Amino acid sequence: MTDLAIELKRVGKRYPYFALDNIHLEVPHGQIMGLIGPNGAGKSTTIRILMGLVQQDCGDVRVLGRRMPAEQIAAKWDIGFASEDMRLYEGMTIEWHMNFIRSIYPNWDAPYAQLLLKRFGLRAEQKIKGLSHGQRVKATLLLVLARRPRLLVLDEPTTGLDPVARHEILRELTAVMTDEGRSILFSSHNTQDVEQISDQITFIDRGRIIDSMDKEAYLDRWRRLRLEVPLGIALPALPGIIGIRQDGRLAIATANVFAPDMANEYESSGARVKSIETMTLEEIFVANVERSREEVEA
Amino acid sequence: MSSGLFISQSDKRPIYLQIMEQMKQRVAVGDWAEGQAIPSIRQLAVDLQVSVITVKRAYLELEREGVIVTQQGKGSHVASSPGLGTRLQEQELEKHLEQAIRLADMLGIRPKDLEARLRETGDRRMEKEEEQV
Repeated sequence: MTDLAIELKRVGKRYPYFALDNIHLEVPHGQIMGLIGPNGAGKSTTIRILMGLVQQDCGDVRVLGRRMPAEQIAAKWDIGFASEDMRLYEGMTIEWHMNFIRSIYPNWDAPYAQLLLKRFGLRAEQKIKGLSHGQRVKATLLLVLARRPRLLVLDEPTTGLDPVARHEILRELTAVMTDEGRSILFSSHNTQDVEQISDQITFIDRGRIIDSMDKEAYLDRWRRLRLEVPLGIALPALPGIIGIRQDGRLAIATANVFAPDMANEYESSGARVKSIETMTLEEIFVANVERSREEVEA
Repeated sequence: MSSGLFISQSDKRPIYLQIMEQMKQRVAVGDWAEGQAIPSIRQLAVDLQVSVITVKRAYLELEREGVIVTQQGKGSHVASSPGLGTRLQEQELEKHLEQAIRLADMLGIRPKDLEARLRETGDRRMEKEEEQV
């Protein structure tokens, strides 16, 4: 038994207009992994592969110690999966779905399901066809959460939700972490959600993993340096600086591997460091994608 | 146990710094007494709806600064060092003073003039308080 809930090694998948290339991904037990990246980056394909819904062309996939897709039936007893394209039965009620899931999964926690109904503001007797988008998302998550699976895999769980619904979902996800043996992998465009609740971050763009690491270490690597550059002074090129934007005497340098020495280097070149700021995941996201686009154009 | 901490989305600082600062404030104002038990890392993470790793980092740094102590199996406590609250308040004051000096420097205000400004501000504040009495 490994201490990894999810492990992808050298995974590749080729489509006519898109390819996932050499994907390495590790999610330790007891942690939340946030998968971020722009539209069409490969987040959903990665999730489908690790759920055994799409077969990889190459590479190894293990989820809860089981090889995917070969052992997916055994693995799925312990995995709760929810995605946008999951369909509930339109003509049936939420309660019908709850009874249906309960009949399949012996771990179904009925009191917790009732509590979630209340917290999510849903009524058991509501039919699916009368639900709003947010209510559907919450109903789907309820059906997954009340099984208390060891691993939750959620594709865009907060997309299209109002702030209150988003908050309710994030609360239930972090509550799962009370139990050290449970893990979550979720994808999102919402960098704020990822920054708030994930222990690990994986950044994916154009079918490749750009970064995958401990969130605190990752955020800590990035800085924005505000510089005052006298006329006639050229800023030195420093390793770890991925971009400099200069307008007149003011320049902003973005570091993706920050070192305190950078300030000294700039100062000794004749510039003045006005401030060194931490960056939000949103700002890092944009800087990362811009850089990767520039590399393509170059 | 509710921690009474609050994470602000509009605060641009990293979440672990917000946690550290608020915990120090709780100790500084005496809400959290020396030696008092504080929530476990996982508990606080669930309570604040933030990741375990973020709270872990805040606790590690607070431990390094001597504000809290974490013992295997016994959980975390506010450090039992006399005068901890006062020391934290002193640090807070120091931080504000440094910032004032930095701003004054940017505005080209000399240290002597800054001293005078500080006295003026103090006098004004005293006058206001006297009016209110």
